[in-house]
Amino acid sequence: MTYDLAIIGAGPAGMAAAIAAQGQGLVTIVIDEQPAPGGQIFRGIEGAAAQDRTLGADYAAGATIARNFRASGVEARFGTTLWHLEPDDEDGLCTLSLADAEGTDTLQARRVILATGAQERPVPIPGWQLPGVMTAGAAQIMLKTTGAVPAEPKRTVLAGQGPLLWLLAVQMLRAGAAPALILETRPADRIRENMGLATNAIAAGGAGMLWKGAKLLAEARLAIPIHRATTGLRAEGDQRLRHVAWDGGRFACDLLLLHEGVIPATHVPMAIGLEHAWDAAQRCWRPMTDERGATSHDRIAIAGDGGGIGGWEAAVASGRIVGLDQARRLGRIDEAGFGMAAAPAIAARRRALALRPFLDAVYAPGAAVLCPPDDATIACRCEEVTAGQVRAAARLGATGPNQVKAYLRCGMGACQGRLCGPTVAALIEETRGLPPGTAGLTRPRAPYKPITVGALAGLAE
Amino acid sequence: MSSTHDVSRGASHDAIVIGGGLVGAAIAWGLTGQGLQVALLDEGDVAYRASRGNFGLVWAQSKGLGAPHYQRWTRASALAWPDLAADLAARTGRDVGLQQPGGVHLCLSVAEFEDRAAKMARMREEAGNFGFEYRMIRAPELRDMLPGLGPKVVGASWTPYDGHANPLVLLHALHRAFTEAGGTYVPNAKVEADIHAAPHDFAVTAGGQRFAAPRVVLAAGLGNADLAPRFGLSAPVRPQRGQVIVTERTAEVLPMPVTTIRQTTEGSIMLGDSIEEVGFDTRQKPEVIKVIAERAVQSFPWIGRLNIVRAWSALRVMAPDGLPIYDQSETCPGAFTANCHSGVTLAGAHARLLAPMIAAGALDQERLGLLTAKRFNAA
Amino acid sequence: MFRAQSKAHQETIEVFVEGSAVRVPQGATAAAAVLIAGLFRIRETAVTGAPRLPYCMMGVCFDCLAEIDGVANRQSCMVPVTPGMRINVQHGARQTGAAG
Repeated sequence: MTYDLAIIGAGPAGMAAAIAAQGQGLVTIVIDEQPAPGGQIFRGIEGAAAQDRTLGADYAAGATIARNFRASGVEARFGTTLWHLEPDDEDGLCTLSLADAEGTDTLQARRVILATGAQERPVPIPGWQLPGVMTAGAAQIMLKTTGAVPAEPKRTVLAGQGPLLWLLAVQMLRAGAAPALILETRPADRIRENMGLATNAIAAGGAGMLWKGAKLLAEARLAIPIHRATTGLRAEGDQRLRHVAWDGGRFACDLLLLHEGVIPATHVPMAIGLEHAWDAAQRCWRPMTDERGATSHDRIAIAGDGGGIGGWEAAVASGRIVGLDQARRLGRIDEAGFGMAAAPAIAARRRALALRPFLDAVYAPGAAVLCPPDDATIACRCEEVTAGQVRAAARLGATGPNQVKAYLRCGMGACQGRLCGPTVAALIEETRGLPPGTAGLTRPRAPYKPITVGALAGLAE
Repeated sequence: MSSTHDVSRGASHDAIVIGGGLVGAAIAWGLTGQGLQVALLDEGDVAYRASRGNFGLVWAQSKGLGAPHYQRWTRASALAWPDLAADLAARTGRDVGLQQPGGVHLCLSVAEFEDRAAKMARMREEAGNFGFEYRMIRAPELRDMLPGLGPKVVGASWTPYDGHANPLVLLHALHRAFTEAGGTYVPNAKVEADIHAAPHDFAVTAGGQRFAAPRVVLAAGLGNADLAPRFGLSAPVRPQRGQVIVTERTAEVLPMPVTTIRQTTEGSIMLGDSIEEVGFDTRQKPEVIKVIAERAVQSFPWIGRLNIVRAWSALRVMAPDGLPIYDQSETCPGAFTANCHSGVTLAGAHARLLAPMIAAGALDQERLGLLTAKRFNAA
Repeated sequence: MFRAQSKAHQETIEVFVEGSAVRVPQGATAAAAVLIAGLFRIRETAVTGAPRLPYCMMGVCFDCLAEIDGVANRQSCMVPVTPGMRINVQHGARQTGAAG
């Protein structure tokens, strides 16, 4: 069967896009790897966590979105992975190759929205591969899907910076499992330096968000010891984490939760060859899109954080705008109709993004996060390739991550470079004296997620 | 053979090798071994790189039916390989994973088996005094050689000449050995249009620099088609797409490579490889890799349970008759071309046999005379 | 490493982590079950045999590969638990059982 629109990802952007498109009469299907809607930000939103007040009002808002999504009657396939996308098939349509518990199959769609969201930025400190070192997002997913908190809060440390770090600290605190210590990596004068951006944010309607953030910080600071302007962060231990250390200190722990912000998940957009640009403000690559999510490929659009980090409220607005634009492109509404229908979402997105320049500037990741200074630090966790090996490859003449991948296998492991890509590029740029964002990324290839040879062999004709 | 620096003509070398893939790097490394100062000009991070897509066989048994000179050249390369591998390991510490335990070509039907048997018999006949050792092995015996063989397998051809290696480690090791021996590896150096070509006098601009030398070797893969005429040469090569699948690492299980299935030194199983005439199109096609997967599962059912962690497509450098092309320019002596789709198999020959010929200024006509591009003019 | 907070409204499921019974909330993943069971490794890498536990829990890092119900190298943070599920440590490269 041929759909008007296939949406990859049932997070806030994908759900909003689906509701908007379905509302304009597009025959729409949503595909998601998870068993239920919500994406990472609203993981477990249809489960017990929805009643958990400690997760906060923003999380609770996801329940309404998920309910509206279910009520819309949009066809959805959960537990289903997109492993190949052909945007130019023989019929002039997009062919999606999918895998689920039953095997593999394909479907065709006239247009595709990639709403694949974000991933946490890798934090390649020495020892980050040790058991017991996880991301802050991972701990939050434990809270949302499992209602679980660190078993030994007194031996749990949060390290890094950014809104999600503070949100997690407060969620843990409210759940009675406050971490023993927060090692904040934000340099001391970052807020003072960027007061102008804060003023701009308030003028643009960001006061509410700023206030919400300030309250969160205050709640955490009252209850949890904080070491500010931390540098030289490293995880220590043999076989598992035993200590976290930093310039001037050391603390015994068995769980270290790292966070240095989130970056767009570029895996599928890169694999299908969409044009990307380096986002200097957010220190990451993102697919090039216009205001309506249109990409360099005529049939493919991007909604939500996958096109640049804006947070869930911006993602909902973006999803609605991009969903409506698909209806316009398929002739269901005209430009005027789009303008009318999308106006509230365009205004909402502007408000939701008001604080973003301030957050990007204040929580800009430090040089050591982007490019680990210690040669012994692992850059590629899958193939266990160190920063020093990458530097040596760059000195030999590898000008980008594809040649480094050929030389050293980094990016060839199971994660296919999702986690090492940014670090490898930064190491090459440092070694060869290139500006940030010029070494490029590896070109991911299908299958985007592992499928078995047998499942592929049984692929329906 | 000294290297000088002439400001007006750019950096002067004894040889310029255009193309930093397996063919160019093997020749450049070989030339360095002959005492030449070599500049190896490569493209950037993103290019049509057959070397990065190579399946990794060091393979003789399917090469040169109707062209025994190609079989002889391939076998000479297989013979040169162990020394090349040992040399690279000693110099760089990188093990290119060469194993030459012999190899098999599986037949999944009686018809395939009979067809293969006839082909191998002809290969032996054509080999004459040079010899061609092979066996046609039926399923019961084959099952003892290869664990987990599928019920559809009828038999196989076997030769002792075959083996495999890791193409990417080979590329890395060649680049390192070449550089450490004093070679000049220049990435981001696609050759521009202002080529100067005269007998034993060449200069090119690449990556914003000018390079000059009395010898130039065109080893730019598909790029040779356009470059060759600028040097009075011909390289009528076209792209031919091949797609390959790689599984997760598995405990050691395949004792020898099969034409389209081999286990790498890391433990992953590689499944290859399609033959598609689609021009310069490196897209992956699920319906094509499905066929590769089907054949693999028929050959070894246990492969069906393995996860695919990667797959890719790449473009082979294919001459009209599928054989390599080697030439020295008649109008501009000192300019050579090397073209092939077997950058791994022929690495031994390129480094150990071809490079000394180029250094000495003449291709060995007995070995390579029939591999000239002039064979395509004879129609 | 983690503990499930006891909540009256949340149903639990029994699974087996390295052979030991563990009750985990419905909606948990196999990776979460390993973290609740308190194991200090979910896999040993195929490259050096180094121990690992899940890192991202959202399908990105593949450090949570485990053997689940007899199937090796599954991305356990993407697999919801089912009653009686058997989750075991992935020891290095996968065994194929080819010769058997």
